[in-house]
Formats: sequence, structure tokens, C-alpha cells
Amino acid sequence: MSTLDIRIDHDVIASWVAEGARVLDLGCGDGELLRYLKDKRGASGYGVEIDVDRVIAGMKNGINVLQIDLEEGLYDFEDQSFDLVIISNALQTLHRTEKLLREMLRVGREAVVSFPNFAYWKHRVAIMDGHMPVSDRLPFQWYDTPNVRFFTVADFEALCDKLGIAVRERLVLDDAGKPVTEEHNFLGSFALYRLG
Amino acid sequence: MANDFPLSSGSVGVVAPLSARFDTPLTLKSGAVLPGFELMYETYGTLNGARSNAVLVCPALSGHHHAAGVYADAPNNTGWWDNLIGPGKPLDTSKFFVVSINNLGGCHGSTGPVSANPDTGRPWGADFPVVTVEDWMAAQALLADRLGVDSWAAIIGGSLGGMQAMAWSIHLPARVRHAIVIASAPKLTAQNIAFNEVARQAIITDPDFHGGHFYEHDTLPRRGLRLARMLGHITYQSDDLMAEKFGRRLREGGRKFSFEVEFEVESYLRYQGDKFAASFDANTYLLATRALDYFDPAGDAGGDLAAAFAPAMADFLLVSFSTDWRFAPARSREIVDALMRNRRNVSYAEIESSAGHDSFLLDDPHYHAVLRAYFDNITV
Repeated sequence: MSTLDIRIDHDVIASWVAEGARVLDLGCGDGELLRYLKDKRGASGYGVEIDVDRVIAGMKNGINVLQIDLEEGLYDFEDQSFDLVIISNALQTLHRTEKLLREMLRVGREAVVSFPNFAYWKHRVAIMDGHMPVSDRLPFQWYDTPNVRFFTVADFEALCDKLGIAVRERLVLDDAGKPVTEEHNFLGSFALYRLG
Repeated sequence: MANDFPLSSGSVGVVAPLSARFDTPLTLKSGAVLPGFELMYETYGTLNGARSNAVLVCPALSGHHHAAGVYADAPNNTGWWDNLIGPGKPLDTSKFFVVSINNLGGCHGSTGPVSANPDTGRPWGADFPVVTVEDWMAAQALLADRLGVDSWAAIIGGSLGGMQAMAWSIHLPARVRHAIVIASAPKLTAQNIAFNEVARQAIITDPDFHGGHFYEHDTLPRRGLRLARMLGHITYQSDDLMAEKFGRRLREGGRKFSFEVEFEVESYLRYQGDKFAASFDANTYLLATRALDYFDPAGDAGGDLAAAFAPAMADFLLVSFSTDWRFAPARSREIVDALMRNRRNVSYAEIESSAGHDSFLLDDPHYHAVLRAYFDNITV
């Protein structure tokens, strides 16, 4: 994913974060997003990350990082103790999808979920050609991908519906980082949702 | 302090122990009063003009003030945390002024059971009052006053040392900006207290213990101390590490059908036990294990660890090790949890290591990278 794309994702998320909000960022990576929210919105909170090298990178970025395995759930965290729980481009790397979504809205008043859309038309073309898609938003070969759940905009919305999770806002972006206004599941390569 | 090879070697070089004498009485948590006392300490690096770069290193069970560098007359006597402390090391002495201490009740020069009881002129022995983590903190605070350190940039400790860092953050919150708590716990479990009790019983029931007054009999409870240390060593390591280091290897040839030292692990334990018994005071061992047992900030706050940490103002770093079963990662997570409930800034790393509790003394690259990243972000 290019730096430009990350900045667009982060800008969208920042626009959904109230000034001074308490934020929990699941799968925080090197902490760039939390750092950005801290600088731009005066947010405070914690990032959660399993990989020790990313934990170290997050600490270098000056954020609070907790090395916790998200597959365990969020049992450490109190009910409604955060304004916002974010999982940015990481839900697809975790097995216990339903449990995590429920947990996010137990711990946070709102949740933000962003993920690559597996039904993006270029991904469909790759499958039609007989290969798993590799793109800016899915930059991995099938044999070394960290992704374990492969889902689409339509799938995600169906799951929210099943779990009774309300979608407050949705933004679907194309490859250039521009908002998609129609045929989201076909034209969009990346989706951001504000839930709760 | 001499600083012979500051940057090239990464060592603080030759250091010398210092002592501070305090003549004001110190009332201990037990109610006992120490009329006066002496603390041994070492310092590495230079206190800056703003006095804002001081870091206190708190020792663990058998630790003391000699944490880094070597002595001029003992060039092989390297400090116990030398891999961490020095110019260019994670706890960088070109940035920080590091103070390392031998606590009250210790056996390396600070006032303790081997010191003379002013009432009798003879060694305190078993009459030395039981000291707690909070008493150590109070004595450390007097040393901080003496050194002109109003507020520590950081207080760091592993195991029992981590408990001292926690005590500062709770009881003297304005005096610590960062608390770094490694391989520690908010209180000992029954199992953990039980291990301490076996160690104490090994010492106390040694006929050479003489009720703690063995100095007068010109002997020491060597067998008891040996057993205490052997037991400790088993619990500070992991099953995996012992399998890796010793397995079931026999020292020479096959079985001798005897109770001599046959397995490598027996030889190792006996060596460690003997070394410790020759250098550590039995009464200090009893005191330090009791301090471990008694530490329980939640117990002092109605059983609620989050309530205990309510006064804390510091930022925290917690570190645990995957194979540490004596101070397991879950115990560090309890502390993280209590700190989050208080909305403290806290980071937590759980380091993969096969070395068990002793990992905190080793220089695992991830572990040291975590500490380096944290210390680098501390503004002084």
C-alpha cells in the first residue's frame, strides 16, 4: 500500500474521531495511526499489537503499545472504557471475527473497521484468470499472506446485520484513494466503516 | 567516578561504591525504628543541571549496588546489570544519571543483619527488623534527597526490583516520571510464598543457623543457604531451558548407582548453591523473601489493584517473559489492567524467551530493543 493511501485512510478515521477521544487501536502496527490521531485530534489510548518488532516500532513512535494476542479477545478491557475501538486493515488477519466485533462494541462506544475488499473488480479479474489477487491493497502472495479471512463489502455488511451492529458511516475507496459512489462492492478496493 | 573507556567499550568502566549515612531515625512499616542507617550505592553517568535525568535501579532478591562496570581492584567483578547500563546501551549513561542501590537489610555494606546493633555492639543477626518494599522505598527516597533528585526520570527493576518501582509510583507519585516494571507481580501467589517458605525453612533449620546469630558462633548456615539457592534456581528457570542446558546428561560414563553428583543438572545446582552460600547472608535472604511475600498494594487498598494505583502519576512500561512461571506474564497483565483502569500511559511487552524468570537479567535482543525504545523516548 502506498503512503498516500495510508494517509487517506488515516484522514478518514481522524475525521471520525472526536477531539480528545480515548481510542483503542487493535493491530496498531508501527503505531502511525495512533500517533496521527494523537497529534491531529489530541486522542489518547493504547495500541494493541502481537508482533514484537511492531511493538518496538510503536514504542519508538511514542505511543502506548500493549503486546496482546487479539485472538484471546479483549478480556483485559473494561466495558465502554473507550470512545472508539479501531481495527484498521487487520480484521482480515484474525480468525475470531464475530467475537472480536462484539468485543469491540462492548469495550468501545463506537468502532471503526477498515479492510481490503476482496470483491474489487481487479481482484475478480485475477480470480477469473485463475490466480489469487495481488494488488496494492492485497500486497501478498497466497503462500505468505497474513490474511486468514477473505471477505467483501457485501459480506461484511451482512455480518453486521446478523450481529445487529449498526453502520453509522461508510466510505469505500478505489485504487487511487478516491471515494466510490456506486457499485461499492465492485469498484471499491478498500472500505472503512464507523459502527455502533 | 572514573569512566575510562566511555564510548568505545559500552561499559561504564571502573566504578567505586559510595556510601551515605543517615542519622535520622527511620520508622519501618512494622513499627520498629532504625535509629540510623547506611546505604551503599553506585552512580553511573552525570546528573544534569536540571537534575532531571536520574534513573534509579532497584535490585532483585540477591541484587546489590554493583549493577554496572568493574572495580579497579577486581576487574572481573562486573555489575549484575552491566548488559543494560552503559554509554550507548539501552539505559544510556551518556544521557542518564543512573543510581544503583543496596537496600536496607542487605549484605553488601548497607545496614543489615551483619551490621552492628547500636544497642549491643554485636551484629543484629535475626534481631534486624523485618523490612518491607515500602521501607526500602522510604530509605531510597532519603538517598534521592541527599543526591538532590526531586523526581526520577525513571525507576527500573526486575522481579522484587519491579515491586520497588511500583511502590514509588503509588506512595511517592510526584517523584517518579516513568516506572519500568519487569518480570514482576502485583503480589505473590500462595505457590510463590510457598517456595519462599521452603527456602527459609532450609536456612532456619540448618543447625549452623543458631537462631540467626550464627556470626557469634563463627559459622554460617551453609547447607541451608545452598538448598535455598538450589530451589530458587530451579524456579527461576524454565523446564525447557533446563532440558536444553542439561537434559538428562550424566557427567561421566553411565550410572554409578549412587547418590553422588551424576547428572549435569545436579552438578550445576550444587555449584550455584555453593557459590551463593559463600557470598550471601542468610538473614538477608530471609528478610528479602519476606519483603517479597508482604508486597501487596491491592491488599493495602481494600483488595482492588486499580484503587491501589489511583495515586500514580507515572507512565509505565511492563515487561514479562513467556516462560517465566514464577512471575508469569498473566501477573504483569494484572498490573497493566489496573493501570489502564486509571488511564495511565502504559506499554506492555511479553518477550518470547526460553530462560524463565532469569530472562530479565539477560540481553535478549527484543527485550533490550523494547527497553531502548522506551528509554530513548524519555525526555530529560
